[in-house]
Amino acid sequence: MGELLAPRESLGEAHGRSRASLPLPGRLAARGGRRGQSNQARETRAAWMFIAPWVVGFLVFTAGPMLASLVLSFTDYSLVGQTRGVGADNYRQLLEDPRVAQSLLNTFVYAALFVPVGTCVALGLAMLLARVGRASGFFRTAFYLPEMTPAVAAAALFLLLLNGQTGLVNTVLGWFGIDGPNWTTDPNWLKPSLAMVSLWSMGGTIVIYLAAIKNVPRQLYEAAQLDGAGPVRRFFHVTLPMISGAVFFTVITNTIAALQMFDQAYTMFYGPQQKATASDESLVFMVYLFQNAFQYFKMGYASAMAWLLFVIILLITLVQLRVGNRFVHYEGDQR
Amino acid sequence: MSRRSTTTAALALAGVLTLTACAGVGSKDSGGGDDGSSGGSSGGAMSGMPSGRLSIMGFGGEDEVGQSRIAAFKAAYPKVEVAQNKGEFDAQQFLTALSSGNPPDLVYMDRQLIGTYAAKGVVQPLTDCVKGQSIDMGQYRPAAVQSVTFKDTVYGIPEFYIVAVNLVDAKSLKAAGIDPAQIQTKDWNALEQTAKKLYEQSGSKIKRVGYDPKLPDSFPLWAQINGATLVKDDGSPNLNDPKAVEALDYAVKLVKDQGGWTNFKAFRDSFDIFGDTNPLTKGTITAFPMENWYVNVLRDSIPAGLQLAATPVTNREGAQVSTLGGSTWAIPKGAKNPKAACAWMKTMTSTDTWMKAAEARMAKVKQDKSFFTGLFTANKAADDQIRDKYLTTAPNPGFDQAIKTFYGTLDKATALNPSPAGAEIDAAWKSAVARALGGQPAQQALDRAQEEAKTAFDKANRG
Repeated sequence: MGELLAPRESLGEAHGRSRASLPLPGRLAARGGRRGQSNQARETRAAWMFIAPWVVGFLVFTAGPMLASLVLSFTDYSLVGQTRGVGADNYRQLLEDPRVAQSLLNTFVYAALFVPVGTCVALGLAMLLARVGRASGFFRTAFYLPEMTPAVAAAALFLLLLNGQTGLVNTVLGWFGIDGPNWTTDPNWLKPSLAMVSLWSMGGTIVIYLAAIKNVPRQLYEAAQLDGAGPVRRFFHVTLPMISGAVFFTVITNTIAALQMFDQAYTMFYGPQQKATASDESLVFMVYLFQNAFQYFKMGYASAMAWLLFVIILLITLVQLRVGNRFVHYEGDQR
Repeated sequence: MSRRSTTTAALALAGVLTLTACAGVGSKDSGGGDDGSSGGSSGGAMSGMPSGRLSIMGFGGEDEVGQSRIAAFKAAYPKVEVAQNKGEFDAQQFLTALSSGNPPDLVYMDRQLIGTYAAKGVVQPLTDCVKGQSIDMGQYRPAAVQSVTFKDTVYGIPEFYIVAVNLVDAKSLKAAGIDPAQIQTKDWNALEQTAKKLYEQSGSKIKRVGYDPKLPDSFPLWAQINGATLVKDDGSPNLNDPKAVEALDYAVKLVKDQGGWTNFKAFRDSFDIFGDTNPLTKGTITAFPMENWYVNVLRDSIPAGLQLAATPVTNREGAQVSTLGGSTWAIPKGAKNPKAACAWMKTMTSTDTWMKAAEARMAKVKQDKSFFTGLFTANKAADDQIRDKYLTTAPNPGFDQAIKTFYGTLDKATALNPSPAGAEIDAAWKSAVARALGGQPAQQALDRAQEEAKTAFDKANRG
């Protein structure tokens, strides 16, 4: 027992009291404190060990490459050959390259089409799903299934469906006397088609909205109904405020995803069969970044492009957070 | 966290970040093994019997022509273990392998890329290889050798030889009362009228394209027809040459006259190029400039009713012309077994090996109860021998004519000159053609392309 009382940094001393002056409960507390302290150190070590894989993964696969790309953005690195520092030349070139401006504009237009339309479609489908009774499991799976489909496969499929001359979409429109456009070849329709194809994989957003809708207390609807609110007013005054947190979250994440659009755009317009005929109207920023990195081997320039996009996304997200928080209803407290 | 552990963590973080940040930066000369680029001319390191593992990137070789030649190499060099990455050449995969110090010993790629890769020092000069393995460069067609020669040094051993002629759906042509001779590129006004006559549409839907100029891919061919070359002898771009501008203007007009680009492209995107419902069999295209390998594909469509015809592509003076494409073998910088790679290149492209490939093709043709449509290699001696030994009159007169037209084109074809900015020049003109098809004046589109390509060329030349 004596050794438990020996260390000078016992709880009593730490609080300016001598060990002898402590009553029995105090002594026991001091013993417990030391044990607690050693437990705490052990737990801290264990915690670090548990999170070590993530930390190492983050440092090696995220922070490290990010830092590397920042360094590379000031060089003319081309995978092979000598690498030289070029100062801010790559960033200066970004301002002079007309394709950077064009691809950024295309990306913004695509995001501006996809995010609101995607949010509305996902919300609409989630509302419908919330009303489905017995077969809800089936529909939830059906809506989420496209999320599991490779984006490349979906894009290839949509190329056939959206073909302006022989595609199924225009054939169906033709039954109603509508002469559909050339979705995948008319420069004016390239970005709307890309946004339409992206709607295919809204399953994740739908599931988030569905969960949020299911969490809205029934009493609120009952109270609103008693007050004479119809379905539309209940949606706008009960459902929407109560799920605004989920909507806000998905708007932010979908905006980031839209600004980073690559796979579908690349497959639809820059795949082996399409790349030679790709219109500048379909050039989104990430595709141009990829072209610079892996077709022209301008890794330094591509890295500068990546940092430009990072800064743009950061700024847009900050604006969204600042503006969006005003409209989000947090139950219990204001974040 | 204590100060000590904080310091340790910070140091560890800095170490990891520094290591990862530095990874891949700079050149890696320690690829393992002799890179063979000493520039010496004895070829000593490349001579003799190779052994060990030979890793190859970008070569499928799954048909009988590929398999028979692989077998020939394995029989000649039993001590070499061949490790093949069977996918097509992928620049990203290749360059990252190279950058990480683990390049393949041999790479199979489009000849058009050689200039860019040679300028970047990604592929080795083959001076020692040619000498060490006594490769007879005279056996290859000069145009093919030129396309793998950069600054007077050979960087690749050419393999196939791809040329273009006009392939025609004779059935549709006959129904329209048009003579196959009217599918020609000498008289542009006449071709325009023929294309209009053959073109069919219903509402906004195209039913048949009369003549597809095959833009953007065939823009170099149209430039050639009009007497322009897109890449000068020194590798610099010449994209806005007035004759090239005129050619693009004309080819775009052909598209405009036949439904306009957005309809035209959507219609073309719906084609099943390799199946029985290919556009010539289905009658959705009457004629287009197409490459020699396609005849082998079309042969399977004879039972489906295809009636093929062919006419040569000529310049405006009436002389036969063609673009030239094809693949090449090259040894990457840092290859660990360049001797085996060199022996492979020699064996795969030698006359004897091509004869074995032709023999295998003939066996397949016999098995399929079909006929031989020719084997077009960059080895002139092999081509001549194969033609003499195996090529007989095809049972289908249209195919016979097409095969003969292709053979007649081989010596007339010219490739784009290699350039250190080949990839950028290629991207610039393709982008320009896409813009012109989208409505931008050809002059404006090619001026911008020339500017982009020239910037890239100047930068590549500065090293």
